[in-house]
Amino acid sequence: MSNGILVVCEHENGTPKKTAYELLSKARELSASLGGDVSALLIGASTTEMLGEYGAATVYTVEGADFDAGGPGAWVSAMSAAIAAANPAVVLGSTSDRTRAAFPRLAARIGAGMASDCTELFVDGGAIVARRPMYAGKASAEVRFSSDVALVTARPNSFPGATASGSAVGSTPLDAQLSDLDAAVKIVGLEEPKSAVVDLAEASRIVSGGRPVDSAENFDALIRPLAAAMGATAGASRAAVDSGFAPHSEQVGQTGKVVNPSLYIACAISGAIQHLAGMRTSRVIVAINKNPDAPIFEHATYGIVGDIFEVVPALADEARKQGISA
Amino acid sequence: MKVGVCIKRVPGSDSRISVTDAESGPDLSGVGWEVNPYDSFAIEAAIQLQEASIASDVVVFSVCGADGDAKIRDALAMGKKGQSGASKAVRLDDPAFEGSDSLGIARILAAAMSKEGVDIVLAGRQSIDGDSSQVPAMMAEILGWPSVCEVTDLEVSPGKVKAWRQVGGGKREVVELPTPCVITTDKGLNTPRYPTLPGIMMAKRKPIEVLDAAALGLDPGSVGAAAAHVSIGNWSPPPERPPGRMLEGDTASVVSELITLLRDEAKVL
Ligand SMILES: Cc1cc2nc3c(=O)[nH]c(=O)nc-3n(C[C@H](O)[C@H](O)[C@H](O)COP(=O)(O)OP(=O)(O)OC[C@H]3O[C@@H](n4cnc5c(N)ncnc54)[C@H](O)[C@@H]3O)c2cc1C
Ligand SMILES: Nc1ncnc2c1ncn2[C@@H]1O[C@H](COP(=O)(O)O)[C@@H](O)[C@H]1O
Repeated sequence: MSNGILVVCEHENGTPKKTAYELLSKARELSASLGGDVSALLIGASTTEMLGEYGAATVYTVEGADFDAGGPGAWVSAMSAAIAAANPAVVLGSTSDRTRAAFPRLAARIGAGMASDCTELFVDGGAIVARRPMYAGKASAEVRFSSDVALVTARPNSFPGATASGSAVGSTPLDAQLSDLDAAVKIVGLEEPKSAVVDLAEASRIVSGGRPVDSAENFDALIRPLAAAMGATAGASRAAVDSGFAPHSEQVGQTGKVVNPSLYIACAISGAIQHLAGMRTSRVIVAINKNPDAPIFEHATYGIVGDIFEVVPALADEARKQGISA
Repeated sequence: MKVGVCIKRVPGSDSRISVTDAESGPDLSGVGWEVNPYDSFAIEAAIQLQEASIASDVVVFSVCGADGDAKIRDALAMGKKGQSGASKAVRLDDPAFEGSDSLGIARILAAAMSKEGVDIVLAGRQSIDGDSSQVPAMMAEILGWPSVCEVTDLEVSPGKVKAWRQVGGGKREVVELPTPCVITTDKGLNTPRYPTLPGIMMAKRKPIEVLDAAALGLDPGSVGAAAAHVSIGNWSPPPERPPGRMLEGDTASVVSELITLLRDEAKVL
């Protein structure tokens, strides 16, 4: 009988990401009513101590040249090995480029139901239930599972406030072998951006600029400095991206990134439905727009009617003066 | 090389979606339908492969009812003057398919790809109705093929695919994989062309074949509601946001008020 929760923990060069702690904390809370243990899986790393503190009773690790780059096949075989070892009722990961590539393959391999990009998780009648947004967040619904194992990915920042309460654990290395199929995708390169940035999808503060920013130079002179002063990551509307002011990797919205920060500052963004699709679950939304009737104000927690060329530099100065930290 | 393109019709990205009944889900009777925007990148990529003489044939696939034909024709209409674009479409349609979850849809599409002898499948990264991003990678697993998701640059040569995909923090990962394989397309890969008038005329004459479970050699029990591992219910509209506050005054005072509110009231700094 499957039981417990296996959390697939992502890491950056060996250090577990914030999402790993969020999910472990949530899994520990769920397991109180779901029963069973919380275990963790690290693929291509072995920094396990903190994972125990956040709730993992066992930390499985899979390492080796085949696994360190994190290709989809390597993930599927590592996750299969961890499932064989832990026999979990739920496998939980964070929505990311890794899980989008690997979780559906795993679901097909083991014949499991899957719910993607969930924003709420709870236990009902002894089984996991996930709520997930659909139609770009214009509706949401509950997903229930009839398979032995439920595969779930959760939107980053859905479960803030992870707390440590357990104790450090060592690693339980797993022996996983890649089949020819799982080895077929080779990662042959990684192109770095000009400057390192926090992954937009996981950022907890975002400052975004729209079409009226008017040039890449202005984007660099206006939006990025405000982001830096607020300890935030820069984002952009599609109109700004398509005009070449910011790279596609910074686009927020239906055909860009779905973000879920605690603070989203929209600078000269009208609030088109496709932009809202990417940021409507942000906890606090600030809109700066010179048109008092701009639709973005209907969604804003705080609104400022004004010209970004005046308000944005003033806000950045004020943030620097008050010493806002990341 | 034969390229298969998966398309789904979805409510347009600007549609209003209203949830009036928690169990039946949104009422879609009044929405305007479109080809899923991510699938348009897949069709465009396939036509570009055809123009480069890498793809010898392009076939469009959709799991839908006869009401999906209008959008299938939109996909068939894409092409260059004098060139055909996709040669035909295959509609996968059977009452047994109703209520399939993503895995069921993937099984149906996988069976269709095998039957048609496709070498590369191009699909969208995500359908903008269910937003699940699952079907293509599941299909690849069922076919026993490798897959690469969310591709923003693509080079196809005989037997081999090189693809670029966005990963966290603005980085781009470069991957290589052999054919046959499944590729999902992201914004940035290309700019889908508009159908030309001759293209629209030509699309009207292109065949839409209809295949059911029997024609695909699929056990009807392996798809549809009975085989689904997930069930969806208790729909709700998005949570109401508390009413916002407009800050008024000169620039210096509103920015300082904003920082104070963000720090002391909203507690996000
Ligand atoms: C299929 C599809 C997918 C899409 N996907 C996305 C997506 O992923 N992300 C996305 O963002 N959009 C997307 N869009 C586009 C979307 O519909 C809008 O066109 C886009 O979001 C508009 O960008 P914007 O708000 O920057 O520009 P605009 O609509 O031009 O709005 C600019 C705003 O700035 C205000 N303004 C002007 N000058 C100033 C100033 N000096 N100071 C302050 N305010 C000023 C104006 O009042 C206006 O409200 C998509 C559209 C489609 C059809
Ligand atoms: N019913 C369907 N018919 C054809 N292709 C589909 C269907 N559902 C999903 N797809 C393809 O799979 C992609 C991802 O869809 P999804 O997994 O539903 O988010 C879509 O962009 C389509 O290319």
